[in-house]
This record gives sequence, structure tokens and C-alpha cells, in this order.
Amino acid sequence: MIQISCPFCGKRDHSEFSYGGDGQINYPSLDAAQETWHDAVFLRENIYGRQIETWQHLYGCRSWLLVERDTRTHEIFSVKLAHADWQKMMAENR
Amino acid sequence: MTRFSAWNVIKNGFNGQKGWSRQWRDPEPKASYDIVIVGGGLHGLATAYYLAKNFNLKNIAVVEKGWIGGGNAGRNTTIIRSNYMLKGNREFYEASLTLWENLSHELNYNVMFSQRAHIGIYHTQNALDAAARRYNIMRQTGSDGEIWSRDTIKKKIPHLNFADDARFPIHGALVQKRAGTARHDAVAWGYARAADMLGVDIIQQCELTSIKRSTQKISSLHTSRGEITAKKVAFAVAGNTSRLWQMAELGNLPIESHKLQAFVTEPIKPLLDHVVVFGVAGAHFYISQSDKGGMVFGGDIDWYKSYAQKGNLPIVQDVAECALSLMPCLGRVKLLRHWSGVVDMSMDGSFFMCKTPLDNLYLNAGWNYGGFKASPASGWYFADLIANDRPDKVIQNHDLDRFRRGVHIDERGAGSDPKLHG
Repeated sequence: MIQISCPFCGKRDHSEFSYGGDGQINYPSLDAAQETWHDAVFLRENIYGRQIETWQHLYGCRSWLLVERDTRTHEIFSVKLAHADWQKMMAENR
Repeated sequence: MTRFSAWNVIKNGFNGQKGWSRQWRDPEPKASYDIVIVGGGLHGLATAYYLAKNFNLKNIAVVEKGWIGGGNAGRNTTIIRSNYMLKGNREFYEASLTLWENLSHELNYNVMFSQRAHIGIYHTQNALDAAARRYNIMRQTGSDGEIWSRDTIKKKIPHLNFADDARFPIHGALVQKRAGTARHDAVAWGYARAADMLGVDIIQQCELTSIKRSTQKISSLHTSRGEITAKKVAFAVAGNTSRLWQMAELGNLPIESHKLQAFVTEPIKPLLDHVVVFGVAGAHFYISQSDKGGMVFGGDIDWYKSYAQKGNLPIVQDVAECALSLMPCLGRVKLLRHWSGVVDMSMDGSFFMCKTPLDNLYLNAGWNYGGFKASPASGWYFADLIANDRPDKVIQNHDLDRFRRGVHIDERGAGSDPKLHG
């Protein structure tokens, strides 16, 4: 069982979380060229190794998280809140 | 090579089974081939066979990093069906089912294809109506499909859960009688043996390590067993497609690698004569009984991207819950093994079989969670694509460019999120 350390709730089984997807996609601006949008929506680097991905703590605090995980071994290296302002708030309160 | 026949079986019965030769050669890789197929799974082996058989081509090699039948060929639930609705898919899968029907004779190898019927269970009248529409469309392509009422199902498969308080109440079923299962290893071995007989070199333990290319062509392949040059190169590597694509410096693909688990129980006496399937609101389940007696079943993919050929526990629980909701009589049966394969989930749930930005490279990928049933037609149409350097009409929209054109072959209507197509 993969376990994810939620910044709010602590270490929990991944069955409490819902996988979002690739966390490294930078979606272009709305007026970007169609080709740029095509690549962002349809093409994936499909990383073999460490990648940043999004998970939601669905059956916990419902926060969206950025998780760094190895796709070969499922080992998790870091977990942080997806929302930049919340990341900052957590850092200040620590 | 000794062919299998009634005469040879009888003859060898009298001479202590000494007259059989090995099933295929174990050749050293040559320095050059006309066609090199990367990936010795069912699709790669079938492609090699049909290239040799249908187009009389020689000088073909299949290179496999592990052993044949050791990847997804040995990591599936062996279900064969052609109940696809969308244009391109339905012709393709119906062609595949038709090839399955004669495959044992074609290959002179018993693939144990058993047309035991695929019973798709539905839980409401609305779901049954939607499925009936799909089956009517299938029938227009010459496929078969029929509706069973709850009473008919009860008569044919009495040990399903027909209780009033069943979690997934059985309302009716859509049935494809020509569908069924086959023996997965036998398919790999049958294609390998038949391709080998036609002169194809099957080279195992031969991993592609790097690719040498010019702007327009692949010039040679570096493998763990030396450099191989090829006039044409074909990729058929399922979950590892993105890695090879990036090795060839071709950028990103509309594919994510996920893993799909399957399960088998200890063998029990004959219990289930058909393939029984249901899928509703987050529950997804398919089950059949192998010839050895094990209940073979599976469900959804694990949801998160993975290249690890190992499954995780939440799906074990989901699938066990589905099994008991549908067949409470399995409650005391022990799970014997479970395994996981890396599947190449595409953005619309349909496969890619196409030419590529490089002149001499061909791609066969994106089989999602359903590549086993596709193997014969995959080999058939991929061989045609490689030999004639143009896609057949049936697969003309199964190219990498289809999203640019707005052509989504999305059976589920789930959108461009690979994990939703499991």
C-alpha cells in the first residue's frame, strides 16, 4: 500500500486519496495557439522515474497535493500542498 | 519442426515421445534484417507471422528484452470479444474475433479458444437500452449479439446473485455468443512457432538500449546483444512505448502507462461456463473459469501512473467486493495468485497503429486494458501497414494525429484522461 503524508492529516493509506494526474503540465493561456493547447491536453511525457503528480485527499481534508513519486517503485519523496498560497501559509505557521 | 497432427500424436505414443523437435529456434541476432519488430509480445509475434505468411517476406526479426509471453501476454484475463461500437474499432475487433475462430488451425497449435459467450450484465432498463443500441450497431458490422432477460440468465447461470437486496441487481444481459477465452501462453507460443517455421528470428533476452537515427530514418538499433540495422523498424511494446519513443527522440505521446491487475483463485470444480462481466458507477468486474478450474477475474486499473509490474491493495479489495456481490458462493474460495501488467492507456481509450514522423518506423501502441483479444487483427493490420507502407481503411483513423483532427475514438465518452478509459 502506498502511503502519502498529507501536510494536514499525516500519513495515510493511498486509498484515502484520489489520483489527479500529471502535476507538471503547464496549461497555456486561453488565446495560445491551437497546437500549444493540443500538446498540453493530449501529449504526456509519461515519465519513467521520479515525477510530480497531483492527488486529492478525498476522504480526509480534501486538499489537492503535489506528490513527487517514482513511477518504477512507487516510492514517495515529497508531498506539498498544490496551492502556492497555502504552501506559504503552512511554511509561516511552522 | 514436427507438425502437430493425429498421426504424429499416435506415432510418438509408440516411440516414447522421442519424435518431437524443439518448438522454435534460438538464433543469434544477425547484423541486419529487412524488418525488426521490437517487442516479443502477442502483437509483435503476430505481426512477424503475418508479415511472413501474408506478404511472403523473409529476413524478419522479433527482439524481446525478456522472454516471449512474459509481459502483458502473460498478465491478462484472456477475454476475447468484439463488442465495440465506434467505426474503426468495431470492424477491427470483429476481424480479430473472426481470426480467433480459426487460429488453432492456422497456427497448427491449440490456442484453446473457447467460445463460451460473453455475458454483459446490466442493472437497470436504461443501461440495458444503451447497451442494446451498441449491440445493434455491432450487428450491422456482421457481429453477433443478443439480449437475455433476467429469467434466461437465472436459468443459464443460477449461482449469480439474484437476491432482492443484491448490491448490483441483475436486470438483463447483453450476450455475445462467439466471444470467449483462449490460453494466453499458447497464443504466444503458437505465433512464435508458426513465425519461426516461416523463417522469422525470435531473439529473446535482447533489450533495445539506444537508437541511432538521421533526420528521417532509424539507421540502427543498439541492443544488449549487439548492433542491428534494419530497413524497417516496428514498435510493439505496450507499456514501454513512451520510453522507446523518447529514445528515438520523437518527443511525447498521447499515452500514459498504468497498471492493470488480474487474479486467479485455487482451482475448483466447474462452476462458471461463461465470461461474466459488469461495470457500473465505479465498480468494474469480469470473471471466467480457466480449464484448470481457477476463477480468473479482474477489474479496473490502479488509477495512478506506474511502470511497476506490481499491483496494490485497494484494487484487490474492490475486485473481491465485486466478486462477492455477483457470486456470493465464492466467499470461501482462496485467492491463489495475482499479477499486474503495464498497460499503455491512450487519451481516448483506443489504440494507435500508424506511420510515424520517421520514414522507416511504424507504431503499434495504446491498447489500454484490452490488447489480448486484439492480438490476431493487430498482427494482421500492422503487417499490412509495414508491408504496404500505408494503413488499411479500417485503421486509417488510428493514427497519432487524430486528436489534431478532432477524431476521438472514445467508446466510453470519458474524455482525454487516460485513467478513465480502464
